[in-house]
Amino acid sequence: MNLLRHARYVLSENPVTGLAFGLFAMFLVAALFGPLLAPYNPLQSNAAMALKPPSAAHWFGTDQLGRDIFSRVLVATRLDLTIAFASVILAFLLGALSGVAAGYFGGWTDRVVGRLADTIMAFPLFVLAMGIVAALGNKVINIVIATAIINFPLYARVARAEANVRREAGFVEAARLSGNGEARVVLGHVLPNIMPIMMVQMSLTMGYAILNAAGLSFIGLGVRPPDAEWGIMVAEGANFIQSGEWWIALFPGAALMLAVFCFNLLGDGLRDIIDPLKRT
Amino acid sequence: MLKLLLSRLATAIPSIVGVVVVTFMLTRLLPGDPAAYFAGLAASPQAIAEIRSKLGLDKSLPEQFVGYIADLAHGNLGNSLSTGQPVVSEIANRLPASAELTLSALLLAVAIAIPLGVLAAVKQGTWIDHLCRIVTTAGVSLPVFFTGLLFAYVFYYLLQWAPAPTGRLDVFLSPPADITGFYLIDSALTGNLETFWGALRQLALPAISMAIFSLAPLARMTRGSMLAVLGSDFIRTARASGLAPRTVVFTYAFRNAVLPVITTLGMVFSFLLGANVLVETVFAWPGIGLYAVNALITSDYAPVQGFVLTMAVLYVALNLLIDFLYGLVDPRVRLDT
Amino acid sequence: MTAVPALAVEDLSVEFRTRSGTVKVLEQVGFEVDKGETVALVGESGSGKSVTAFAVMGILDPAGKVTSGRAMFGGADLLALPERELAEQRGRELSMIFQNPRTALNPIRRVGRQIADVLVRHGGATRPDAPRAAVEMLKKVRIPDPERRVEAYPFELSGGMCQRIMIAIALACRPALLIADEPTTGLDVTTQAVIMDLIGELAHESGMATIFITHDLALAAEYCDRIVVMHAGHIVEAAPGRALFAEPRHPYSAKLLAATPGGTASLAELASIPGGLPDLRRSDLPACRYSGRCERRNDDCTRPLPRRSVGDRHIVACWNPL
Repeated sequence: MNLLRHARYVLSENPVTGLAFGLFAMFLVAALFGPLLAPYNPLQSNAAMALKPPSAAHWFGTDQLGRDIFSRVLVATRLDLTIAFASVILAFLLGALSGVAAGYFGGWTDRVVGRLADTIMAFPLFVLAMGIVAALGNKVINIVIATAIINFPLYARVARAEANVRREAGFVEAARLSGNGEARVVLGHVLPNIMPIMMVQMSLTMGYAILNAAGLSFIGLGVRPPDAEWGIMVAEGANFIQSGEWWIALFPGAALMLAVFCFNLLGDGLRDIIDPLKRT
Repeated sequence: MLKLLLSRLATAIPSIVGVVVVTFMLTRLLPGDPAAYFAGLAASPQAIAEIRSKLGLDKSLPEQFVGYIADLAHGNLGNSLSTGQPVVSEIANRLPASAELTLSALLLAVAIAIPLGVLAAVKQGTWIDHLCRIVTTAGVSLPVFFTGLLFAYVFYYLLQWAPAPTGRLDVFLSPPADITGFYLIDSALTGNLETFWGALRQLALPAISMAIFSLAPLARMTRGSMLAVLGSDFIRTARASGLAPRTVVFTYAFRNAVLPVITTLGMVFSFLLGANVLVETVFAWPGIGLYAVNALITSDYAPVQGFVLTMAVLYVALNLLIDFLYGLVDPRVRLDT
Repeated sequence: MTAVPALAVEDLSVEFRTRSGTVKVLEQVGFEVDKGETVALVGESGSGKSVTAFAVMGILDPAGKVTSGRAMFGGADLLALPERELAEQRGRELSMIFQNPRTALNPIRRVGRQIADVLVRHGGATRPDAPRAAVEMLKKVRIPDPERRVEAYPFELSGGMCQRIMIAIALACRPALLIADEPTTGLDVTTQAVIMDLIGELAHESGMATIFITHDLALAAEYCDRIVVMHAGHIVEAAPGRALFAEPRHPYSAKLLAATPGGTASLAELASIPGGLPDLRRSDLPACRYSGRCERRNDDCTRPLPRRSVGDRHIVACWNPL
């Protein structure tokens, strides 16, 4: 398959993308099998072993309740990635559908979607997310919704531009002429055609979604103790940094960085594979 | 010039309308009974009913909206549950602290990112170029709260170069006379060197944490824009005319390259205003971000909503300024309107 | 000619580093331009005309390298000069104007200041004097209402006016040589004639030598003293315009002329020449890059190209000329 060969070429030219795919695989394994692979129960407190630095028994040390940090970081992968992934999918569904409709039909649809996107963008995005979670209630699902809402304008914009370009394209004409209703043309032909570009967008915004969710839980929104999530673990560790117990905040923070880095590189690599003209 | 200003103002109006509508929705569309939220967790049913009629929550939605607008027009953002003070004055008191932090961070970021981007473009392939690439790739991955914490750990706990992250000024120093609310400016204006130095020391770490966060998009855009401009036709003409390299790079190339960078500033501000909240939390900086976070923890809703509204209005104003600045630099925009 | 030519290019070879290997874009290019003379450099796109000019001016793309040759100008070899000295010559002793005048000017700088920049840089005027000198230049290139136009931005001017501005910038310091790279492409026919006339007049006035790069043979014939024909990085023939039209000696020149109906010529007609430009990335290129599609090819044509004199200032690079 031509795409596979091209992908292999890009990977050989750019080993960093290969690294990104490797990291992605690692995170995927951690998310899927985390609880099985964790050496300790992430929720198990052990007062005697509290605040111990990294050692052979506890690779990342223990926190203030004696819980093994490595297990918690590992298990948190599932929660963090799920939140980010869910919000990206939701943003995509809302954004791509409205964006494609706006770009394809123009007129009122375009104006309404545009006005909606502009209104969202009139806010500093993280602040809006805070306001939404505060208004809807302090639950994880609302983190997903808030993150999706603030990412909506980006997807809508890209989808709209792409749909606009394809509106007069050959394959769309053909679909129309073979008697397909407008809705079917949009859903069955235009949308699938823009999927590759959408996937690049999704990968690029995964990193941002992870950071956003972690930021919200750092200030106490969404995830509650004793759940293991990277942002909230950094917040817990922040209290102990002043007294020198650095490992409690460092490892979840490093995991965060690595995950975001991985998805950013992945997005760049995907973009190079799919549309090399857009390289920076 | 005036026409430019007015046309830009006109585009800001729909944004303000949108912001007001959305913040209204955020205050009124809480799940459950909004009055209960505003009365607080420990309120009796009677107190809740009082709050409900006092805040007009028993009226219809359109009436409430009109009431909301009226309140805003009078500068009424409600009262904080924990302190009982009007939100608007608490925000006004804390705004200078946040402004000082954010502006310092921005200045620092611009002072580093733009020269870095320009040099990386002019000297492609050298170590500066690679450094720029590393900064831009790594910079977008750093969670700002984590970097702040790391800095606090390394520079305060380990190296003891920085003071304790306990706010704007050491407990032993008193704030300078309140002229602008910016400690650095005020202490400089009153010649108070000790306070100036003290305030600067406290400001350093949080400002640097925020600056690092916004370096990446600025440096990336500067480098990309500079590269594109350096390859353009009119630069070829400038070189063919024998103009001095400095003239070519700065007077000709840079001024053109800076245009997309100004546009990027809008996005950078969005990030900065969000990062502000996180950095204030890490460093206990007494700005409106920390105010909102504390209010969130105590389920005190009026300050949170006041905070969102204030930040949004600030952001719209900043975008206006950026648009206007762009028009100043690019005559094509100025003269075509 | 016993007088020293304004520009003498000898054995110029230029290579480009690309992803697919090294491309020998120019090979042993040599020609002369006398003082006060107008020479046309003609050829298909891809023949290396602009690259020659860029090499002489020292503004080649970083991927390009001059591998041999000299460009004698004002007693010095331009190709051997350090960049700083070359930059002082550019714009003052030798200038260049480009096609697409709108994009060739700084879009956010007033045209008067762009002219002033060159004047001040090369000492043609002092800073305070420069604005007035710029207005003078505008008058010289016959821009109406120069006092107002000097404050204009390029986007406020037409293509023809932008080209005049470029000419003003190029000629501000009265150079000895002007290279004009397709200066009239993209302009309408009337403006073309006006611009060419203007350049001709200004050149004649100051005894300036001019090199016109063009693919338009008719234009070359009308405005130039001599024509140099290029093909795939080689000079194939050079002759006074009249002599070339009356008696082309290189098979390629003959085909070019045959494809030029009386009035306008365009390279779309070149489809009538069989074959196309050879792939310059190949390492097994023949000595004569036209031999691949030449009907007069014989066994001699694998030997390195000669430079045969076949008339008064008429040379041809062919073993089997017409």
